[in-house]
Amino acid sequence: MQDALTLYGENFSSRLLLGTARYPSPSILAEAIRASQSQIVTVSLRREAGGSRAGQGFWELVRASGARVLPNTAGCRTAREAVTTAQMAREVFATDWIKLEVIGDEDTLQPDPFGLLEAARSLSSEGFHVFPYMTEDLVLAEKLLDVGCRVLMPWAAPIGSGRGINNAFGLRALRARFPRVPLIVDAGIGAPSHATAAMELGYDAILLNTAVARAGDPTTMARAFCHAIEAGRAAYLAQPMTPRDLAEPSTPLIGRAFDEEAP
Amino acid sequence: MRIRVNGEAREVAAPTLDELLAELGYDDQLVATALNRAFVRAKDRSLTKLKEGDAVEILAPKQGG
Repeated sequence: MQDALTLYGENFSSRLLLGTARYPSPSILAEAIRASQSQIVTVSLRREAGGSRAGQGFWELVRASGARVLPNTAGCRTAREAVTTAQMAREVFATDWIKLEVIGDEDTLQPDPFGLLEAARSLSSEGFHVFPYMTEDLVLAEKLLDVGCRVLMPWAAPIGSGRGINNAFGLRALRARFPRVPLIVDAGIGAPSHATAAMELGYDAILLNTAVARAGDPTTMARAFCHAIEAGRAAYLAQPMTPRDLAEPSTPLIGRAFDEEAP
Repeated sequence: MRIRVNGEAREVAAPTLDELLAELGYDDQLVATALNRAFVRAKDRSLTKLKEGDAVEILAPKQGG
């Protein structure tokens, strides 16, 4: 596979990881997954009453999509909650992959770096392949790698905010510091142009949900993100020109008409 | 016996976790379980005894971001 995305030893041609929440209907979710060409979708676990078939129906829809699943620990506020949720998810979804979220702040849903590190250490030692949802903090990144994470997922902006990249400097610094670690921008992407910008910074992939699910036409937006991420990736590999402060004519000056000073 | 199931107080008769699932109508539903905030594997449910005041979580697949 040319220019594959490799995550914990598995190769993917798509660099878009898609969330499955907040779509207008299950059929629109299925269409959006298809249109996005995403090969990895995120899922969660929630309380369900006896006799309900909602969870089973959702799971069958996801399996029919053919995408690999990345379960999350969304909503967990302590390392212990996240570890227990991850263990439950591993059994239900039959995967060692876990998108690890330990939320530290109610307003911004900013990850709690201390709880995140504690949970990542514990889960890595239990054989999980951890995808930590983190801030763009270099020290936290180093420590997460030390405890066994092989992928990092810094936020662009608060979950569901659609603000795009809040701290391009920080994301660029993280990319430069860890050139060989797969880095996925997770959360805060609102428009395809935001995703392109993150890919142009050299990020390996984008994880998003609300920007597609809450678009007026989720299926078309899923396709737009697919193209935007491919464009950003191609642009990064093609090495963009360096910006200049002053103009530089693109059409050659030599040989122009009416030039009285020509030699 | 009075326990909490998914945050709600319930009066139940089942002595073990797997029997609790049957009593509450989960039957063959795809769920994961925890007892007092610790994960209980599906294969251990029949050996997991319940007692007064226990807190049980029963979770199923759900949309997520």
